[in-house]
Amino acid sequence: MSEVRDIEQIKPTKTKKILNVLIVDDDAINRRLHARIINLIGGVSQTAENGEEAVILHRDGNASFDLILMDKEMPETDGASATKKLREMKVTSMIIGVTTLADNEEKRAAFMEAGLNHCLAKPLSKENLLPLINHLLDA
Amino acid sequence: MDALISQLQRQFRDYTISLYQQDFLDDQFTELKKLQDDGSPDFVAEVLSLFFEDCVKLISNMARALDQTTGAVDFSTVGASVHQLKGSSSSVGAKRVKALCVSFKDFCEAQNFEGCVRCLQQVDIEYKTLKTKLQDLFNLEKQIIQAGGIVPQVDIN
Repeated sequence: MSEVRDIEQIKPTKTKKILNVLIVDDDAINRRLHARIINLIGGVSQTAENGEEAVILHRDGNASFDLILMDKEMPETDGASATKKLREMKVTSMIIGVTTLADNEEKRAAFMEAGLNHCLAKPLSKENLLPLINHLLDA
Repeated sequence: MDALISQLQRQFRDYTISLYQQDFLDDQFTELKKLQDDGSPDFVAEVLSLFFEDCVKLISNMARALDQTTGAVDFSTVGASVHQLKGSSSSVGAKRVKALCVSFKDFCEAQNFEGCVRCLQQVDIEYKTLKTKLQDLFNLEKQIIQAGGIVPQVDIN
């Protein structure tokens, strides 16, 4: 048992606690992919198809997500606008912005300014998401 | 039976490698396969099903937007659909489809009607070709399992 625990410390395969995650993305494939990754690293997830849906979910004050994965480009309300609204509503969840490789430093910085904890470029994977989440949990 | 399994496994390995070598698939498909396990045995098939549904819908949108008989060509709608298709093809590792979307996007931005029509035709051919090839790959997997064998992990590099 302690050997398993030691291996987990060297190279964790799960998040440090079970996370309740909101995946916000207008693309059904990405929602499925990211939900699967969250499941594999020990979390549970719910999805929203755009920023407006994510905001509506928080409106009654009962939503409680540890983490929000927020896509940048979405119709209706985009990732930056939704993040800004959520922070104005005093939502304290970790919010990781999901950008594309085509987004330059300026676009990423503008997205971060909206109130993100961090940004990651697609495609997401267990290898890039898990260490970031554990790092943010430690902070 | 062992000989049959070995033969099927060899075929599967060779076919998989050929799909990568011929640029039908890229590393993202490999990443997709890593997300499948006994707990989610149909994950890759589910995601690919979403992708092919997307192809049908977006190609139809693009064809409608490029239809000159209904009035001026709507390049911005075409561009938006190309952008979406580029995103989904990238997410599943459909390398040729993604590459076509890059050229297609350039033609949209240049409002080059002939270029867009050519790209639309090619995208239609490419996604259908990929669909057939992946179906053949999944059929090989099924045959291996039905023969009592294990589907081999294929090292692409």
